[in-house]
Amino acid sequence: MSALAMGGYGAYVWSSFGLTFVVVIVCILQARSRQARTYRQIETRLRAMESAE
Amino acid sequence: MSAGPSLKQGFAAVIRRDLLLAYKRPGDVFNPLFFFAIVSTLFPLAIGPANEQLIAIGPGVVWVAALLSALLSLNGLYLGDLDDGSLDQIILSPQPLPLLVLGKTVAHWIVSGLPLVIVSPLIAISYQLPAATISIMMLTLTFGTISLSLLGSIGAALTVGLNRGNALLSLLVLPLAMPVLIFGARTVSLAAADGAVAAGVYFLAAYCMLALSFAPFAAAAALRISND
Amino acid sequence: MWTFFHKLASPPHIYRIAAKFVPWFAGLGLALIAYGTIAGLFFAPADYQQKDAFRIIYVHVPAAYLSMLAYSIMAISAGIGLIWRMKLAHAVAAAAAPLGAWFTFLALATGSIWGRPMWGTWWEWGDPRLTSELIMLFLYIGYMALRSAIDDIGKADKASAVLALVGAVNVPIIHFSVEWWSSLHQGPTLIREGGPAIETAMLYPLLANILGFTFLFGALLLMRVRTEVLQRERRSRWVRNMILEEPA
Repeated sequence: MSALAMGGYGAYVWSSFGLTFVVVIVCILQARSRQARTYRQIETRLRAMESAE
Repeated sequence: MSAGPSLKQGFAAVIRRDLLLAYKRPGDVFNPLFFFAIVSTLFPLAIGPANEQLIAIGPGVVWVAALLSALLSLNGLYLGDLDDGSLDQIILSPQPLPLLVLGKTVAHWIVSGLPLVIVSPLIAISYQLPAATISIMMLTLTFGTISLSLLGSIGAALTVGLNRGNALLSLLVLPLAMPVLIFGARTVSLAAADGAVAAGVYFLAAYCMLALSFAPFAAAAALRISND
Repeated sequence: MWTFFHKLASPPHIYRIAAKFVPWFAGLGLALIAYGTIAGLFFAPADYQQKDAFRIIYVHVPAAYLSMLAYSIMAISAGIGLIWRMKLAHAVAAAAAPLGAWFTFLALATGSIWGRPMWGTWWEWGDPRLTSELIMLFLYIGYMALRSAIDDIGKADKASAVLALVGAVNVPIIHFSVEWWSSLHQGPTLIREGGPAIETAMLYPLLANILGFTFLFGALLLMRVRTEVLQRERRSRWVRNMILEEPA
């Protein structure tokens, strides 16, 4: 099918879309991991303070 | 009004103090100036002395060199005051802080921007730029260096006292200074090619006015924030 | 009425409400992007001048538009935070910056890739939009660098807010300067996206992608704002109660 070739411009079109896809995934993963990490850090500290009381 | 130094006196005092300090440390004035001259000589050495090439890059080189040497001197704008404790005094003064900041900026320009403008004809000649271009170069550089001092005072106020504030200062000020660079350098290039320079000069003057009207306030706000 | 705004500014409220909106924004965004991308790649007719290369428009334009939207959000919330001293506004500005930087990078990269077959070069200084987009990337980086250089978060908020506002004034000036400068440049004809008149078959997927990416950006922004709020409020009672109530 001509989809992959894109009239000869395949490399450009697909790399653009691919890059966009990658950046979006990275943004999503980054946001999620920061949230999880922040939550974990606070939780650890709070529970440590709890048990120290 | 309560007794005490007037606005004019406060403004003049700040300028006088900074000029006196600069007079006692001539290195502060001459180092950026020598830097300007040296950077200007780097390009012909690196690129080659072909005349057409020099004329083509001359305006750009002078402007970039002016920008970089302005950055060099900006870091010390508030640093000396921070070190000897007078920054707190300046912030606490009864005079409006934007006015005092403007005073420091004026002194900074006299010490760093004005020498550049005066020396620029020498650089222009070394780049084989036609004599008619030199007056346009000095005019645009005047507006440009004033704008740079104003923008730079904001960056210096934001980064005063930070570790490695120097590099950060450049990172903050350079993107803001790009319109000045673009119009300044291109207007001089146009002058060298006998093009119309009015638009560029008007833009630079307008930008300078804009900077003059908001930079002191932004820098004053930034100083208060940094110095809390 | 005031209670509505008061609640809006309350961190625990925002933390909970934002969590509810995230899946909806993300879902809607991804659905729109799916439609826009598939329709744009496979069903829109090829452009007369640019053939299939024009399809890059479907990611380039949303990225460029979002890079500017993010900057506006950053500057406006920084201003609100500075003037009305709303900590939440500062959190929004901090959250928007990295997202804006990513989209700016994406706009530049896709623009550069698009330029290669169209102009024959990876970079074209003569294109005002690419150049002013590059300068905007530097503004984002400067903002984030200033934030990370200042330890005290209150100071970092306020200092970076000043920078964001100064930058905001400069962005239109930068754009205008670069346009004027490149109009002097005797270069290749500027490519106008999509050609002179854009057909509906080409337009709808583009609109879908613009809208879809905006919703996605919204979801990402809300996620990051929640994390900012959590981090800033980590010593507060509501955070303590919320976390300790969760089973370990």
